[in-house]
Amino acid sequence: MEHYKMGLTLKIWRQKNSQSKGHFATYKVEDISSEMSFLEMIDVLNERLIREGEDPVAFDHDCREGICGTCSMYINGRPHGPWHANTVCQLHMRAYKDGDSITIEPWRANAFPVIKDLIVDRSAFDRIIQAGGYISINTGNPVDANSLPVDKNLADASFAAAACIGCGACVAACKNSSAMLFVSAKVSHLALLPQGHPERKSRALNMVAQMDKEGFGGCTNTQACESVCPKEISMTNIAKLNSEFIFAGLSE
Amino acid sequence: MLDSKIPPGALEHKWNEYKGHVKLVNPANKRKIEIIVVGTGLAGASAAASLGEMGYKVKAYCFQDSPRRAHSIAAQGGINAAKNYQNDGDSVFRLFYDTIKGGDYRSREANVHRLAEVSTNIIDQCVAQGVPFAREYGGLLSNRSFGGTQVQRTFYAAGQTGQQLLIGAYQALERQISLGNVTMYARHEMQELVIIDGKARGIITRNLISGKLERHFGHTVVLCTGGYGNVFYLSTNAMGCNVTAIWKAHKKGAFFGNPCFTQIHPTCIPVSGDYQSKLTLMSESLRNDGRIWVPKKQNDNRKPGEIPEEERDYYLERRYPAFGNLVPRDVASRAAKERCDAGYGVGTSRQAVYLDYAEAIIRYGKVECHKLGLENSTTEVIRQYGKEVIKEKYGNLFDMYEKITGENPYEVPMRIYPAVHYTMGGLWVDYELMTTIPGLYCMGEANFSDHGANRLGASALMQGLADGYFVIPYTIGNYLSDDIRTANIPTDHPAFESAELAVSDRMTRLKNINGTKTVEYFHKQLGKIMWDKCGMARNERNLKEAITEIQQLKKEFFSDLKIPGDIYEMNPELDKANRVADFIELGELMCIDALNRKESCGGHFREEMQTEEGEAKRDDEHFTYVAAWEFKSEHEWELHPETLVFDVAKPTQRSYK
Ligand SMILES: Cc1cc2nc3c(=O)[nH]c(=O)nc-3n(C[C@H](O)[C@H](O)[C@H](O)COP(=O)(O)OP(=O)(O)OC[C@H]3O[C@@H](n4cnc5c(N)ncnc54)[C@H](O)[C@@H]3O)c2cc1C
Ligand code: SF4
Ligand code: FES
Repeated sequence: MEHYKMGLTLKIWRQKNSQSKGHFATYKVEDISSEMSFLEMIDVLNERLIREGEDPVAFDHDCREGICGTCSMYINGRPHGPWHANTVCQLHMRAYKDGDSITIEPWRANAFPVIKDLIVDRSAFDRIIQAGGYISINTGNPVDANSLPVDKNLADASFAAAACIGCGACVAACKNSSAMLFVSAKVSHLALLPQGHPERKSRALNMVAQMDKEGFGGCTNTQACESVCPKEISMTNIAKLNSEFIFAGLSE
Repeated sequence: MLDSKIPPGALEHKWNEYKGHVKLVNPANKRKIEIIVVGTGLAGASAAASLGEMGYKVKAYCFQDSPRRAHSIAAQGGINAAKNYQNDGDSVFRLFYDTIKGGDYRSREANVHRLAEVSTNIIDQCVAQGVPFAREYGGLLSNRSFGGTQVQRTFYAAGQTGQQLLIGAYQALERQISLGNVTMYARHEMQELVIIDGKARGIITRNLISGKLERHFGHTVVLCTGGYGNVFYLSTNAMGCNVTAIWKAHKKGAFFGNPCFTQIHPTCIPVSGDYQSKLTLMSESLRNDGRIWVPKKQNDNRKPGEIPEEERDYYLERRYPAFGNLVPRDVASRAAKERCDAGYGVGTSRQAVYLDYAEAIIRYGKVECHKLGLENSTTEVIRQYGKEVIKEKYGNLFDMYEKITGENPYEVPMRIYPAVHYTMGGLWVDYELMTTIPGLYCMGEANFSDHGANRLGASALMQGLADGYFVIPYTIGNYLSDDIRTANIPTDHPAFESAELAVSDRMTRLKNINGTKTVEYFHKQLGKIMWDKCGMARNERNLKEAITEIQQLKKEFFSDLKIPGDIYEMNPELDKANRVADFIELGELMCIDALNRKESCGGHFREEMQTEEGEAKRDDEHFTYVAAWEFKSEHEWELHPETLVFDVAKPTQRSYK
């Protein structure tokens, strides 16, 4: 890999708190290494802003390895930036070249209000899980784990859906701010396993009801969500959710 | 005198005996008792959910925006359990023994045995919750092997085991939240512990959105706040991992156990530049199939593919034929450092070794071709099938590697180097997981128990969930049964007031320094001192220097720190400053502990104490103890050794040859 340095123009959304009106501010950064991660590039900017007596750009992040789902930046019109199946924290600066301009915004959705700068409130996702995204068993005396064999293909499909990191990029990418990909991933994860069967109906109904209540929009099949999802959660989960939902509705 | 409260009786009966006689709290009383659980990673989420199910009123806290994001989410490789599903000779005793030996005989037999006993329940529990572990075609659970063991007892979900386990615990927790048994306080950071009449009775938190300080009462407080590897600045831990909660407890009287026991993980992506903000682990499971090597020639500039087989030094296989690439982490890390220090390192920095899959790809490819009746395939076809198998096993790790380095590990060997990963040390706890402060518990990575001087792979997840699902639900009742008459203490009690004042004073002090240097600057300085002088190899002179340097750094921190913004608003820099201030003090104690322990054991390698072959040399006569440190005053601690007794697993020199 050839390494190189670059200078960039950053247009970043600044918003002091949830009450205030936001605006874009422009910053120039120099000497950025192609080996840096995108967030390390923002770190460099922030260190400078602090030294210059300005407020650094607030952004959410924690694991910086693509698994916690905390990071959330809308970069040049795309959640998590240009790479496929990727989170912002895994994006590296070799994706850019000297002289590029980069616009950075928070997730935009009514159900995800801005808290500060690039940080939004995603607690709606937790409330959707509270509505039924679990299997109701208490800690205690479950049966031996191998007493119930599970078809490997089903287990693998369940795992693929369970890989969702709850980042919300699907919502940010969707023109309707729909949370269907997120909700369907959870419904599939649990419905595909025999352990999840007893609550299939109530789970699908209650989670969808909560999703509506939180103000997420409906799904009109534009597939923007799937194309930006860092964990490649498939739209087939939405089909699965719809069928679970209809099944639950019919047998109500 | 420290009382570890180990129950009497034979090792294998202690836990059952304990459970049979422990005091209980009746359901009506449980409803009146409030429990604070700080931290909702594997340990905290499993505890909060289980305690909520039992009928206690639980309040849970985390600094992330959701409990689903705790650092446990990042665990990759797997979780151990003595299920013996593979029929390869595993048993509770063997898991117990491997863990004690892996920890280099510096952990408590009774705790470790209990851990091995409950390990099997954890897998049952998780499967019932819908954790999609990897399975075989017959539908049964699959296992892999991990370092330091010769059986296959590790359960996994691709390279995302921590994620799947945490999602399971998180869902159980969210269920209790919806039922009203648990109240969740996300984006809240514990800043102080409140002690009333000698008992832990509450905490002060900072609401990270508004910046406001809040007071919370609990009949008891359970700390599950994770490890403190970020004291080294660069580590595989998430950015927010910190020591603050347990450090505050320590300064209020909780002893700190074995602070210097740090695990340096052998397989991480090497540092690429000084802007580096964290290091990324490549799971130990990769050592199942990858082979580690360096060139036999010093400063070899050839590309890996140009170095013929006979000019490669598979140094782990050479030095440790019995365990080969699967030696425990401390051994593998030191061996990598030894090669690089001797000039055999690879890559531009020469601080790296190769982890190579070429052979495994061929091996798996041949098996697949055989299954499909394609015996006469070309190498290309074999490799193609082999790559598919590797992708299924480690795909997400390989992708992660490629995203960071821009290199394709299916084609060129990975470059790896050791990095700080896990802290075996933590608050000292007794058998019931209670600290030296009555009513204050500590679980998961935040306590010192179970792993001794070195943790075996896939056993942190096991410990976190054992503590949360299966230990605390019993032991907490033993304490609370005496507390059923204690009414809730109002938070205008003077102890709450003074605790809150201490926090706001410190914030004001930090904010008012108005110096010239950022928090990052100080954190990096601290990390460098710790890595150079209290890292993979330690000696008396370096440790003494480190102590002076850290004291100096502390002075500079409190006179030249610059924090932007205000106190009573969202202010991530202030949050970081709070954490780094505690890391600086912790760093000093770690060096004091490392200096005191004049032996090499597990991850603690004192250069003065090694065998002729360069292996760690324990001094059982003088150091078969847990070093529990009591905070006295600034720069001053008192040592309380807890002598370890080995009735069953008699200490021997660890050998993986
Ligand atoms: C990259 C990586 C891979 C790993 N892979 C494995 C593996 O394969 N197998 C294995 O067994 N182990 C593995 N480990 C180790 C294991 O993941 C951890 O030891 C374990 O998950 C720790 O769990 P925990 O619940 O103790 O803490 P954490 O998961 O770190 O949770 C800490 C919690 O405390 C909260 N918190 C912290 N401070 C405060 C505060 N002051 N106030 C309020 N809340 C606070 C946090 O918000 C969080 O909720 C790995 C570790 C890393 C870094
Ligand atoms: S479905 Fe994908 S984009 Fe949506 S929250 Fe899950 S991981 Fe993120
Ligand atoms: S910071 Fe964890 S996914 Fe990006």
